[in-house]
Amino acid sequence: MRYLPLTEDDRAAMLAEIGAPSVDALFADVPKAARIAGPVDLPPHQGEIEVERQLASLAAKNRSAGQGPFFCGAGAYRHHVPASVDHIIQRSEFLTSYTPYQPEIAQGTLQALFEFQTQVAALTGMEVANASMYDGSTAAAEAVMMAHRVTRRPKAILSGGLHPHYAAAIRTLAHVAGVEVVRQPAAVDAEADVIAALDAETACVIVQTPNVFGTASDLTRIAEAAHAAGALMIAVVTEAVSLGLIRSPGEMGADIVAAEGQSIGNALNFGGPYVGLFATRERFVRQAPGRLCGETVDADGRRGFVLTLSTREQHIRREKATSNICTNSGLCALAFTIHMSLLGEVGLRKLAAVNHAQARKLASAMAAIPRVAVLNPRFFNEIAVRLPKPATAVVEALAAEGILAGVPFARLDPTAGLDDVLLLAATELTTEADIAALGRALEGAL
Amino acid sequence: MTMQTIGRPTRAEAIVGSVPATLTGGRGLLQDEPLIFELGGWSKTGVDIDEPALDAGDLGDLVRAAPIGLPGLSEPETLRHYVRLSQKNHAIDLALYPLGSCTMKHNPRLNEKVARLPGFADIHPLQPTSTVQGALQLMETLAHWLKTLTGMPAVALPPKAGAQGELCGLLAIRAAHEARGDGRKRVLTPTSAHGTNPATAAFVGYAVEEVGQTACGRVDLADLAAKLGPDVAALMITNPNTCGLFERDMLEIARLTHAAGAYLYADGANFNAIVGKVRPADLGVDAMHINLHKTFSTPHGGGGPGAGPVVFGAALAPFAPVPWVVHGADGLTLNEHGDGSQSFGRLSAFHGQMGMYVRALAYMLSHGGDGLAQVAADAVLNANYIKARLRGVLSAPFGRPCMHEALFDDRWLDGTGVTTLDFAKALIDEGFHPMTMYFPLVVHGAMLIEPTETEPKAEIDRFCDAVLALAAAAKTGDVERFKGAPFHAPLRRLDETLAARKPKLRWTPDEAAA
Repeated sequence: MRYLPLTEDDRAAMLAEIGAPSVDALFADVPKAARIAGPVDLPPHQGEIEVERQLASLAAKNRSAGQGPFFCGAGAYRHHVPASVDHIIQRSEFLTSYTPYQPEIAQGTLQALFEFQTQVAALTGMEVANASMYDGSTAAAEAVMMAHRVTRRPKAILSGGLHPHYAAAIRTLAHVAGVEVVRQPAAVDAEADVIAALDAETACVIVQTPNVFGTASDLTRIAEAAHAAGALMIAVVTEAVSLGLIRSPGEMGADIVAAEGQSIGNALNFGGPYVGLFATRERFVRQAPGRLCGETVDADGRRGFVLTLSTREQHIRREKATSNICTNSGLCALAFTIHMSLLGEVGLRKLAAVNHAQARKLASAMAAIPRVAVLNPRFFNEIAVRLPKPATAVVEALAAEGILAGVPFARLDPTAGLDDVLLLAATELTTEADIAALGRALEGAL
Repeated sequence: MTMQTIGRPTRAEAIVGSVPATLTGGRGLLQDEPLIFELGGWSKTGVDIDEPALDAGDLGDLVRAAPIGLPGLSEPETLRHYVRLSQKNHAIDLALYPLGSCTMKHNPRLNEKVARLPGFADIHPLQPTSTVQGALQLMETLAHWLKTLTGMPAVALPPKAGAQGELCGLLAIRAAHEARGDGRKRVLTPTSAHGTNPATAAFVGYAVEEVGQTACGRVDLADLAAKLGPDVAALMITNPNTCGLFERDMLEIARLTHAAGAYLYADGANFNAIVGKVRPADLGVDAMHINLHKTFSTPHGGGGPGAGPVVFGAALAPFAPVPWVVHGADGLTLNEHGDGSQSFGRLSAFHGQMGMYVRALAYMLSHGGDGLAQVAADAVLNANYIKARLRGVLSAPFGRPCMHEALFDDRWLDGTGVTTLDFAKALIDEGFHPMTMYFPLVVHGAMLIEPTETEPKAEIDRFCDAVLALAAAAKTGDVERFKGAPFHAPLRRLDETLAARKPKLRWTPDEAAA
């Protein structure tokens, strides 16, 4: 077996050194009744050629985004990832290293994390960011738990524009933490409705911009109202590229930002692995979940980086930790950082502008189709359209024609009564020919 | 053209006295590398994008006015920056990485290649399921392997790491008790448990109580029996445990736990020791997470991403999280909302760590059932070989064979003035990543060594020789070697106290002036 270096001679010599008659003797503590007798009922080992062939044949059964016009978004976006990003993250030193617990021989990972934290803080307009969460949705759920710890209040108010999967992930944790979740009805543009629901029990309001329907809105008034009520505002962002064009949640008064970073540096991957961005105000940092990388000096006074404030974390605090998170999304965070370093401010702003421009073209094309209405007052790179018939059937019909025509809202929330709403995203990879093809196919299907 | 060497001596002059420091901070191949914020330009970019013709006037006052503060670099500068950083990392591809409980094994590159096939990497989680039949089939196949290897009837793929797997398991346990109207309040964990176990139990709203261990490093049955009761929801156990020992009384532990009406949750972090040899179902386990980034070799990536699918017994399977793959009339589809089930709900957006599933399945198919049993055999053999080679010099708290990791304590350092930490840092100078230190907490000055099955005998010998040479140095009073270590790493010992006392968690522009 190509991954197992020991030879039979090695094994014999090692057993002799150990003084054991056989490898089986080393398993003597395992009760006989619990040992597998004979071979496992699974296929035997295979060579690289066979395994690659088998997996390639599975991959070939999927329709990949690059095969034709593609408009899916709703929390995962298809962007171009520069070739150098993927090259660097495949370097052995990044790919095959562990969490940087020994900082003297992990400065590569640690310095990259420090850069990541700084970039995320700048992008979100916050003071501090952690070293990543699993994804945007778990970052949002952890943000609610954190608001509960900070305010010691029992209620979280979720805006109707919050991604339904995020709402569901929040509800799962909130249920066991004893936090009451009030979710407002799904709505294309009703973020400000959370204000009326604020009361003295409210720990936080959770609002998303651009929201799951694509609507971009100013959260400033919501933040002010939340603060006046003694609550925190958690801003969720699922399309990180939007932050290159739209004012940051920090500028709008957010106390915690929970964002999905997949758009920068990371492929679609059928939903994972992604990278959760988590940023907050400095005064809350000791209540934050996850790892933090901090600056320090070595014995010679040279600057270096270490994981820090770990007295919040499970390996030190155990049952009193702020979260149980251990492994996070290190390599995806590295991809984010490299891509962001390539883009820089100039590149990110242009990238965001192109995304927005493509979405405007898409919106114009959709608005031109009879009986199709674009629902968003303002949007970044994603729009919601109302169709004259259920969106799911339309999307299925277009998929058969080779067009991946976005995400029916009912797929995310079948109970909202919005079966005729279709979510469509455009990015820098969307061409005018793609938009024209979608327009033609939609007209034919309606 | 060959190099003209006449008149150019290639042998160094003998150096008298100490090695001079370099003038720039660089040291040979190790470059002194600033932060991107000190290197990058505010007007530079490494991505060519044309300004669009359409402006963003429709967004009005939502448009950013102030600068963001993100420097950019050209592509060559970016590569150089991150390649220079990379060279300051230890890696499994460089040398033995014997972190106990972490299973730092070889990461096959075929797995990286297939995970990047557009049919896996460039598919959207919300495409119509009719367009992702291969992906769903892959999830089904992975599930089949995990169920077969553990003997369990069900598996929840979504958890994104081991700790989220624990969360998934305990949420199902809580849901199962609640479904019976049974509001149990406590979760038991052994004192040797990973920190994530008590942290997860507390996260799920349970009071955590520790179960003691015997002098031979295993769960104390009498203490367990005394602490089990009608309000205990679950026992969380790691087997092999974090002392590297198999819980011999596992069947009795399971019997006692079940008799008390509690569930047995297994932390599968150490599954590598028994994969293909022992099925957790046969040990009485009700739920267990499997770290795909440990046993099934998906890369650790400097701290993730991982994946932590949870296998469930029949009693807990109905409560598993959404989504899961369903066989429908037109092929495979997904149940994303738990229709018609008792699912506890959703852990995160979308369907889990597909990129990790592809890698793990490639690893499984490569090894086959036979190869996976050999994985466990070689992992255990390598650990026992290390234990045998070091046992005359280092002190081991427990006798008998170990499983996949060898545990030592610090009694052998008594009187030397050298601590476990010092010893670990000196090991860095010898070119190795230190073992896990001070864990498990039940052993004083613990040193937990896990070589994994992908280490050749020669590398293990090289490591053991280094440990023995350092041990001899410690015992002969060469304390300086340890107290100041590391001397040869990219940086000397870092001041972690300062970092925590005055947290500096981001670069700020005023540093540029300093």
